[in-house]
Amino acid sequence: MTSDPTGTGSAGPDDVQPVGMQRSKGLFGVADTGDTSGFGGLVQATPSAGEIVSTPAPLGGYFDEIVGALREAHGDEITRAVIVDRGELTIHIAPDRLAEVCQTMRDDESLRFELCNSVSGVDYPDQRNRLHVAYHLTSMTYRRRVRLETAVGLDNPTVQSVTAVYPTADWQEREAYDMFGVVFEGHPHLTRILMPDDWEGFPQRKDYPLGGIAVEYKGAHIPPPDERRAYK
Amino acid sequence: MTATENAQDAYAAERDTTEGRVYTVTGGDWDELVASVDPVSEERLIVNLGPQHPSTHGVLRLVCELEGETVRSVRPIVGYLHTGIEKNLEYRNWTQGTTFVTRADYLAPIFNETAYCLAVEKLLGVTVPRRADVIRVIMMELNRISSHLVALATTGMELGALSMMIYGFRDREKILDIFEAVCGLRMNMAYVRPGGVAQDLPRDGVKMIRDFVEYMPQGLDDYEGLLTGNAIWQERTQGVGYLDVSGCLALGVTGPVLRSAGLAWDLRKTMPYCGYEEYDFEVPVHNGADAWARYVIRLDEIRESLKIISQGLDKLEPGPVMVEDKKIAWPAQLALGADGSGNSLNHIRHIMSQSMEALIHHFKLVTEGFRVPAGQVYTAIEAPRGELGIHAVSDGGTRPFRVHMREPSFINLQSIPALAEGGLLADVIAGGASLDPVMGGCDR
Repeated sequence: MTSDPTGTGSAGPDDVQPVGMQRSKGLFGVADTGDTSGFGGLVQATPSAGEIVSTPAPLGGYFDEIVGALREAHGDEITRAVIVDRGELTIHIAPDRLAEVCQTMRDDESLRFELCNSVSGVDYPDQRNRLHVAYHLTSMTYRRRVRLETAVGLDNPTVQSVTAVYPTADWQEREAYDMFGVVFEGHPHLTRILMPDDWEGFPQRKDYPLGGIAVEYKGAHIPPPDERRAYK
Repeated sequence: MTATENAQDAYAAERDTTEGRVYTVTGGDWDELVASVDPVSEERLIVNLGPQHPSTHGVLRLVCELEGETVRSVRPIVGYLHTGIEKNLEYRNWTQGTTFVTRADYLAPIFNETAYCLAVEKLLGVTVPRRADVIRVIMMELNRISSHLVALATTGMELGALSMMIYGFRDREKILDIFEAVCGLRMNMAYVRPGGVAQDLPRDGVKMIRDFVEYMPQGLDDYEGLLTGNAIWQERTQGVGYLDVSGCLALGVTGPVLRSAGLAWDLRKTMPYCGYEEYDFEVPVHNGADAWARYVIRLDEIRESLKIISQGLDKLEPGPVMVEDKKIAWPAQLALGADGSGNSLNHIRHIMSQSMEALIHHFKLVTEGFRVPAGQVYTAIEAPRGELGIHAVSDGGTRPFRVHMREPSFINLQSIPALAEGGLLADVIAGGASLDPVMGGCDR
């Protein structure tokens, strides 16, 4: 699929499907939404599986300036996709070019994103490159925000570490590794941070169950939250 | 030490491991231990502080490598209070999410809720009524004061100023009383909901808050009288835990710590939300970049918060506190029935005997919740400890697809080695306390 630069299109039939995904199960065993009220709408959209489509230029506001400066420094191919949604700019970057992009984002005079606010992983189990990492950067000079995003597959979940540019990403990348199993190349000591060192699995992946134990209350058994009847 | 002596003193045992000799010290036997360790052959001593230690501000573990009393390296170890809040959110509907995020940083619940609700509202594309915005601001500033009071109280306690602890908690109690009157709970109140707030202020709410605003300056003067001129307090905090602006930015440190280094970065001013641009207040800054500067900043911020609260009370005008869309507003907007349950009798009469559709909608809303259009947003607010960000992703369903909390405690704690290495062991405590980490927020 060469027309899918971010690799975020749906997983093909040959790809390995994640196991143990929570499928919606309606009341009385209804397979789909079971919705007869019309409340849920007639079409069930699954936008997370959709291929990411760039917003056509001009993007408006300061967004064009940022994308322009980035392309000028690294060539047009650096931005795999550029999305403007709800007044926020998301730039998709290849996982092996993040460090150089962040270097430019921090040091370029017209960009000046001094602060890396947040690094967070997101798991889209329906996509081929299902593990996403989002970096939220803030320019204190220009009072702007931007989100860099990258996506990797489970077969090679390697993303360049940005700790050399933004030391604050240290613990946050460790958290993304801990919770999603994203491996940050060049991180000084990529170990678990919130979970115990000998924990198995990556708890915030979508195919990792929530867990919990059934509770008995006044004779009634209440199952753990992820085994309860889903009304979706 | 022989085996029989070990048996007599089970709490001060020592044993040899591959890492070297391990001593267990509890309380008063420190001098004995130091005297018994040969200073020539063992010039480096590893001291493990926490995770259960009254001076580490919660279940924080610090592994310090000492050379005499000088700290050569500090390794903070976190995760002891990890409760999987982010994962749990994915199994509840969007409204229930507030009851989870509020438990993260338990000293600043209103901030967690507001940041989360701003994210949900941005995803939904709704604007909350003005009265709800003003109430949010008032509650946030009250919460900021209560959080800073705990910061002052615990820092005081950790540095030996025990009276400060009593005063700080005494005055925080007054704010918790206001919270209890407004939303029924003192902490973790899930008061801010997507679309507004759960309920309006009670009849005597405004008077309670005004009384507090009148009372508080006297309390601040008391703290200043206790601490500011106190030579011990000055010695323990001035020049301790130094972190300058470039250090703060590299390590992502925000909030009072960044402002104590001289950069007036406060999201209420620089990227306003909830109508903060309408309020007249100053952003206190200091150029000490040490624990003392952070103490001064927190006191000044309490004064500024009092100004904002007074202005907020003046801005309160009658009106709704929740958006009109019944789908979003439902779980929050219920009358309290005579039987003490949350359903209003009029509503039950309507759905049970008048409208089948209303019953269906009620059922769907109660069991499913409302749908949020797909997409992702990042919202950030100025919490007492710095920038509290929420990265919320929706797949178009009734439950959050992913919520990440950018917790200032988590980020700021990374700077402990930068603050403490090269200083004295006692200053690790002062420097760490000046960051004011809350482990519930750090570990989530």
